[in-house]
Amino acid sequence: MIARILRSMGARTVDGIWRLGFASRFFLAVLMRSGTSFARFPLTISEIFSTGVLSLIIILVSGFFVGLVLGLQGYETLQRYGSSDALGILVALSLVRELGPVVAGLLFASRAGSALTAEIGLMKTTEQLKAMDMMAVDPIARVVAPRFWGGVISMPLLASLFSTMGVFGAWFIGVVFIGVDDGAFWSQMQAAVDFRYDIVNGVIKSVVFGFAVSLIAVFEGYDSAPTAEGVSRAITRTVVNSALTILALDFVLTSFMFRGNG
Amino acid sequence: MSASLPAEDILVDLASVDFAYDTRPILSGINLRIPRGKLVAIMGGSGCGKTTLLRLIGGQLKPTAGKLVVAGQDMAALSRRDMYSLRRRMGMLFQFGALFTDLNVFDNVAFPLREHTDLPPDMIRDLVMMKLHAVGLRGAHKLMPAELSGGMARRVALARAVALDPMLVMYDEPFAGLDPISLAVIGQLIRRLNDALGASSIMVTHDVQESLDIVDYLYFLSAGRVVAEGTPDEIRSSTDPFVRQFVNAEIDGPLPFHFPGDDYRQTLMDRRT
Repeated sequence: MIARILRSMGARTVDGIWRLGFASRFFLAVLMRSGTSFARFPLTISEIFSTGVLSLIIILVSGFFVGLVLGLQGYETLQRYGSSDALGILVALSLVRELGPVVAGLLFASRAGSALTAEIGLMKTTEQLKAMDMMAVDPIARVVAPRFWGGVISMPLLASLFSTMGVFGAWFIGVVFIGVDDGAFWSQMQAAVDFRYDIVNGVIKSVVFGFAVSLIAVFEGYDSAPTAEGVSRAITRTVVNSALTILALDFVLTSFMFRGNG
Repeated sequence: MSASLPAEDILVDLASVDFAYDTRPILSGINLRIPRGKLVAIMGGSGCGKTTLLRLIGGQLKPTAGKLVVAGQDMAALSRRDMYSLRRRMGMLFQFGALFTDLNVFDNVAFPLREHTDLPPDMIRDLVMMKLHAVGLRGAHKLMPAELSGGMARRVALARAVALDPMLVMYDEPFAGLDPISLAVIGQLIRRLNDALGASSIMVTHDVQESLDIVDYLYFLSAGRVVAEGTPDEIRSSTDPFVRQFVNAEIDGPLPFHFPGDDYRQTLMDRRT
């Protein structure tokens, strides 16, 4: 009994390590065969359209609502200490440092990542990747790499749009509805948000999340079992693994970036 | 076949080729030759290793033993780059067409031309229209794959497979799931394209009657081995029990109806299994 449990735990661990190794080799292969994605940039541009532009609505609307909520909650807390003018700082810092990259990353994984996995998985199931390979066209270079880079390029842009919409949403609720001073809202934000420590660090986070989510999405699609069930499992794995990876990476990056003194 | 042919007339040559997935043997001791300009059928029941054989010849799998030579090149020794340059001269028709679902009919056929040539768009247009005309689907060039019937999709895939005028065309179950008219159309197209292109063709199928009418030579595969071969006339008059069973579609014969298992009576008696 115990031997069986140990054996199955061992098998799972070994399996997991195999997959990790395979994913790393796959990542290397994607990087090494990325020439086509840049030499024939229109291929990548059309992927930026389908991962980035088509995610715009969900990103903009969610950003706006998150901003509205932040504005309400932030105002309620700040006004207890008589510092409701600091609403701009609170909102901008939370969005640029944390919520922008993280929430945009989670939305990106569920909107664009799942679509990438489904598309590549179905191309595999219907033998399109094999057919391409038989036509002497490398599917990693022609199909996977442009989608990967499309995601990597889209993600930071989406995250900054998310933050922008969030700030706008907080301004809308705080200044227009509640009556926080307009000048104080913007000037305090401008004075307190540091370009290098806040904005650049936020962008770095979103770039890292973009790499992670795009890689997970294309890998799960490419590695999916070529059946309907296999593709649906792969999509689930993409969303779950992307979410966990984003949150874990966020902790790691934050602990490197912010050292307590802002 | 054709042991007397000089080596340069043989396009594909398999000599005692074995193939196994891990430890599960799929093909063993396959000897098979495809002469230039001929249409050869590889026949056998489902799961006998026919498709694996095509994937070996296409270089998507490597033989575990034996020698596989295509156009004078040893497939086991080819680098990735050389393999790709050899594949540019091969066309393959997949069982369900494997058309790119995000491209329309025209772009599907144009795909290999755009990837591998620097031809101007006008010339690509003309070439694609000629290939589509050859399969009778010039008028369908704007349709998406989802709008095609099974037979039409197969014909578009055929046009795509021959877009670069290959020296070798491989067909994986070209007749599967087609109505009798589409089946005859595809059969005639395969023969005509082979002769018009001066290509050689390998057709993997289990459709005996259709194949006997169009091919030059047949190999019969069972359980991963070549069990019979011959020209259509030789096959029709063959007394080999396997060939008789296959050609006449008899249920039991050298190929058993039952999957190997325990004794039937024992299975029924022993309810706990």
